[in-house]
Amino acid sequence: MFNDILNDDFSSAKGPKAIPVTLSTRIRLARNLREFPFPGRAETSQRRAVLTKCMEAMHDIKDLDSSYAVEVDDLSELERQILVEKHLISRELSDMDEASGIILSKDRNCCIMINEEDHLRIQVLQPGLNFSKVWKRVDALDSNIESEVSYAYDGDLGFLTACPTNLGTGMRASVMMHLPGLVMSKNMDKVVNAVNQLGFAVRGLFGEGSDASGSIFQISNQQTLGESESAIIERLDKTLQNLVRQEEFARKKLLQDDGRRLIDKISRAIGSLKSCHLIQSAEAMDLLSLIRLAADFKMLPDSYRSTADRMFIEIQPGHVQLAAGKPVEPDDRDYLRASLLRQKFAKAPFIKTDG
Amino acid sequence: MKCHQCDKQATVHLTQILNGQMHKMDLCESCAQAKGVTNPENLSIGNLMENASDVPEGSDSPMTCESCGTTHSEFKKGGRLGCEACYHVFRPVLDPLLDGMHAGNKHLGKIPAGSKSRVQFEQSISQLRSQLQGAIEEENYEDAARIRDQLKELESKEQANVEG
Ligand SMILES: [Zn+2]
Ligand SMILES: [Zn+2]
Repeated sequence: MFNDILNDDFSSAKGPKAIPVTLSTRIRLARNLREFPFPGRAETSQRRAVLTKCMEAMHDIKDLDSSYAVEVDDLSELERQILVEKHLISRELSDMDEASGIILSKDRNCCIMINEEDHLRIQVLQPGLNFSKVWKRVDALDSNIESEVSYAYDGDLGFLTACPTNLGTGMRASVMMHLPGLVMSKNMDKVVNAVNQLGFAVRGLFGEGSDASGSIFQISNQQTLGESESAIIERLDKTLQNLVRQEEFARKKLLQDDGRRLIDKISRAIGSLKSCHLIQSAEAMDLLSLIRLAADFKMLPDSYRSTADRMFIEIQPGHVQLAAGKPVEPDDRDYLRASLLRQKFAKAPFIKTDG
Repeated sequence: MKCHQCDKQATVHLTQILNGQMHKMDLCESCAQAKGVTNPENLSIGNLMENASDVPEGSDSPMTCESCGTTHSEFKKGGRLGCEACYHVFRPVLDPLLDGMHAGNKHLGKIPAGSKSRVQFEQSISQLRSQLQGAIEEENYEDAARIRDQLKELESKEQANVEG
């Protein structure tokens, strides 16, 4: 069963197909049960009691029919890493060794973490930019769970969480965005500042060291108290739509001002992906980012957008080792990663220009 | 933008709150990872506050949560509370922190169905208590007696609910 999940092609999961700029929308709610200390302060027996209670509470929820439930310590290191790379669970949860659990819905768009920093982290995600749909589902799921358990809640402070930064709604709404236009035109610092001013956090999503590889950023609300869920979402949504317009504008300008350089970059990326024999993940991310951009510019067929999205995940170290069926040293990973990419882009057309 | 800890390019941009003051913080991926803030789902001031130089060692105030054992200095260091009761115990030090951290200090979002009656109950109790206080201050003893009876009735109802 678990192998199905690991090998599952997530980007083909039900839902709209990949669109330019916005990769996915996610909302997570932090919740704790009354009368139990938060996981960080709880005895193992208490954590186990919470885990059992939560698993039972979710047993009869229709939205979670045929979902997959597992305890974290029943998963191997590699399996945990895979789930982290797929952005289904947090690194923190993957490090938990006792009485933590995961429930993953059949369509893989809903993932509940039990005994992470809070007793419950209920998350729903969806490709593209679609807060209303994601909120509807996570809200219903939360209400269903709440009909089975009692939440720690205070009339003034809202949902009580281990960290006061999550207090109130317990909600973190976020969107993963592909912003190569703003990065290449060196506008990202300005954007980060402006978005921060509005109480939203921006972070590069992939890559170690250097700058956000792949030009992929996650933007989320930082404040959870003093505003309703719908007010937070509305504000964030407006900001993100504005950001999409700025990204589109930056791309148009790059093409107008220095189109030859941009086409050169994209063409070289296609060439590299078709012919590399050793490649590290940071470089691969940057090349894939250019592929996604080329699909948005209609320089490549639409299908390459979802190929890029799938490869963003599949070139990560855990996934490369999963495909190899064994632990692999970094040098060998670079080799395996290169052959995967070569194969995926073997048929990619080169860009033709008049000159 | 350079990383606050080293010279690498910063890719993680956080707003950090220390003693009610907002601080912006830009980190590179490796420093962010070292501080445990790699996952934005878990964005938290806790790990950032760890290195705060303005947490004096050994100046443990007597504030301690009896329910879970969390001490004031543990909260200051880790940024995390241990249980529901902590929110009452640490409320005085928490309130100024919340002011800097959030858009407001009153929850305006979802109310869990199971808490609706409890929340309403707590609100009417506190309303009656302040009315009682007012009546006593105005030496309006007739009203005070009436309000006191109402309070007693409400509280005994809740008692019955808890036991039943
Ligand atoms: Zn650094
Ligand atoms: Zn406590």
